[in-house]
Amino acid sequence: MTASVTGQARAASERQRSIFKVPLSVALSVLVALFFVAAAITPAALSTHSPFDTDLLSSLTPPASDHLLGTDDIGRDLYSRIIWGTRQSLLIGLGAMAVALTSATVLGFAAALAPRWIAEPIDRILEILLAFPTLLLALLFVALLGPSATSLLFSVGIGTAPGYARLIRAQTLKVKSSGYVEAAWALGHPGHTIFRQHIAPNAFRPLVALFALGIGQSVVWASGLSFLGLGVAPPSPEWGALLEAGKANITVAWWLEIFPGVAIVFVALSFTQIGRYIQDRLEGTLHQ
Amino acid sequence: MNAFAQAQVMSHDGMGASRLILEVRDLNVWFGQDGDSRRHVVKGVDLELYAGQCIALVGESGSGKSVTARSLIGLAGAGSRVEAANLTFEGETLLGRSDRWWRHVRGSKIGLILQDALVSLDPLRPVGKEIDEALWLHRWGDRASRREKILKILGQVGVPEPALRAKQRSGELSGGLRQRALIAAAIALHPNVVIADEPTTALDVTVQAQVLGVLKQMLARGTSIILISHDLAVVSKLADIIYVMRGGSIVEAGPRDRVLNRPRHRYTQQLIDAVPSEHTKGTRLSADGGVLRPGLFSQSRGRSSNNRVPLLDARNIVKTFRSPDGIRRTVVKGVSFTLARGETLGIVGESGSGKSTLARVALSLETPDSGEVRFEGRIWTGAVPAEQRQIRKRISVVYQDPLSSFDPRWRVSRILTDAITLANPSRAQDARQYAAALLEAVGLEPVHLDRWPLQMSGGQRQRVAIARAIATEPEIIILDEAVSALDVSVQAQILDLLTDLQAQLGISYLFISHDLGVIHHMSDRVLVMKDGKAVEQGTADQVFYHPKHAYTQSLLASLPRLEYAQLRMAASAR
Repeated sequence: MTASVTGQARAASERQRSIFKVPLSVALSVLVALFFVAAAITPAALSTHSPFDTDLLSSLTPPASDHLLGTDDIGRDLYSRIIWGTRQSLLIGLGAMAVALTSATVLGFAAALAPRWIAEPIDRILEILLAFPTLLLALLFVALLGPSATSLLFSVGIGTAPGYARLIRAQTLKVKSSGYVEAAWALGHPGHTIFRQHIAPNAFRPLVALFALGIGQSVVWASGLSFLGLGVAPPSPEWGALLEAGKANITVAWWLEIFPGVAIVFVALSFTQIGRYIQDRLEGTLHQ
Repeated sequence: MNAFAQAQVMSHDGMGASRLILEVRDLNVWFGQDGDSRRHVVKGVDLELYAGQCIALVGESGSGKSVTARSLIGLAGAGSRVEAANLTFEGETLLGRSDRWWRHVRGSKIGLILQDALVSLDPLRPVGKEIDEALWLHRWGDRASRREKILKILGQVGVPEPALRAKQRSGELSGGLRQRALIAAAIALHPNVVIADEPTTALDVTVQAQVLGVLKQMLARGTSIILISHDLAVVSKLADIIYVMRGGSIVEAGPRDRVLNRPRHRYTQQLIDAVPSEHTKGTRLSADGGVLRPGLFSQSRGRSSNNRVPLLDARNIVKTFRSPDGIRRTVVKGVSFTLARGETLGIVGESGSGKSTLARVALSLETPDSGEVRFEGRIWTGAVPAEQRQIRKRISVVYQDPLSSFDPRWRVSRILTDAITLANPSRAQDARQYAAALLEAVGLEPVHLDRWPLQMSGGQRQRVAIARAIATEPEIIILDEAVSALDVSVQAQILDLLTDLQAQLGISYLFISHDLGVIHHMSDRVLVMKDGKAVEQGTADQVFYHPKHAYTQSLLASLPRLEYAQLRMAASAR
């Protein structure tokens, strides 16, 4: 007994120390994510040129010391445009995730906890929505709302919501039938206290990591829609719009497609990596 | 006193000139890598086994009894190191043997029966096939003769209609039949030695009696058995020699009657004393106790002094459930009982008898299909939720598995303060202090407040569960198999604790258990359940000494008892 307790205490202290010993990939991901977050907050501080100043004399110059990532067909600095586009791309990703999680939370809890006549229809609708590919669902909503940054945000959010809703529902059902929830009923707690103290936090536990994972994915979805011309329109430096604008010159200016694509990949990978890491650690503390 | 010498003396007593089959000298087993993490789990064990003899390794969890037995068939486990001065089976050493050699010996010369047949049998394979595989692996006979053999063995272990059963999968068989099928697979090749690791632990008493009968027949046919068990009563039915293990060492060894009647080691005596039964009623089972502060329960709460109305009164409870295949099954069929203030009502029955459902109805966690439960005369099944909650605070519950009844995000302090402030919001200020007092009352210490339940032992967790149960100052505690998963010495401490709390706080218990000894030890009155019906109800002594219903009689008849107990009674009478 004492042996096992000291063993666990040692494991706990090792876990604490290892906070400062995160894997290299995670450390790099955090740096990349911080860079983009900084770019989103103060683009002026990180950019070298104005994103909108045209300079026809130096149009379509390849990457060089003057223009780090080259220029586009009317001579705008690509690096600065990517930096200035970060805010919109990240906000769409974050916003889409917020829309997805909010609607998924309401639907998921309702499907798990509401009386049958509410829960059953919700459950069926979620199943039907899950049968459609995410992109198709998002396209449907863009078609309904018209192309704009806001509609992009809602479309991607609603498109990814059914998957999260099913996950929340499954978690809630599991927690609802757990011994500690029954014990709380037996103690005489009212239903809303049990929901607040036990069901919501325990059902949400695995979703903390999903949030980080989802931001990366949402950025990819949103850029994809913009690239198809269904999101933010080209004068804006949003990353998907950059890709869409550059595709006309792809044969002479490869950098116009590669660098915005790299930015999207970096954001998606770094947030996914961070999300995975959080997920592993949360599970680790649950099964210590 | 040398354990070996004692065992030898015994074996020549009644056995005549029997043959030494297995000899173990100075067996040591370590787990883990060298260094800190390495654990010495079996320390210098000596054993010997003669033909047709049953030796028993008795001890609590972590005593090393299972590892000792598994070392004898080369299955000590991954990362283990086994050393011995002598490890000889039928004249051949068991040390340093290859896997290939072991595969030949296992099953054909040494058989192994595991505790849980449901896990040990392949759920997708008919049990006949399971036995067939044992025979086939050792190249026994052709297909037709193997089939004949399978039916014969199943018949031998008391499986009715062997031809039918052989075709069924383990999930389709009852617990008792499964265990017998497992025994059949282990003895198919007539091994000289069978190691039985807790062979009856997961079984109901009537089934347990049948399985013990099968093992007895095996002994009579000349098979030697190494029995591993924590249950002294089971051991007393079968064993010739008992080895008592603790912390990896054998603390006492000797012939059964001598060990049980005149134990020489203090630990053996403790183990024997800790077994609850009809003889221990009203006595303490352990030496340990909690510290109950005066004024633990507030004086202000209005306890009605009306003793004519029973505290809890359940009338004609009927509860049905719809199973996944759509069939409605009636789980509780018209059961009535009452529980008076300060009284313990024991509810005893085998698995599936409906006793836990009855408890959930009594807690109003399930609404009965018909019938009602009254608390102090007020109906509370189907009352409005707010009123139900008021009554729930006066009835607590303790489950078999305390860990799953704690929120994994909460430390002990939060678990307790949550219950304390719920029942008595005015305690919010000093809830933590009160939680510490509760921990002391259940024999823990204030330092445990900051522990996670995961870091605690089974007994400590159950104490926390009891502390939470009394935190709301309840009048009734429902104990649903609350001590069933505990080691016997821990169980003894918890039972004593419950007895103390009842004496000092006047709490009534609804004590649910499948363990007849525990029920008799704890209960004032007893309700016997079978298939959802209350077949018998009465005072504990009435029910246990003069059972009226045939089912109660058969339950009591199949209960293995410590035979020594009568001797002890006789000795103390003199």
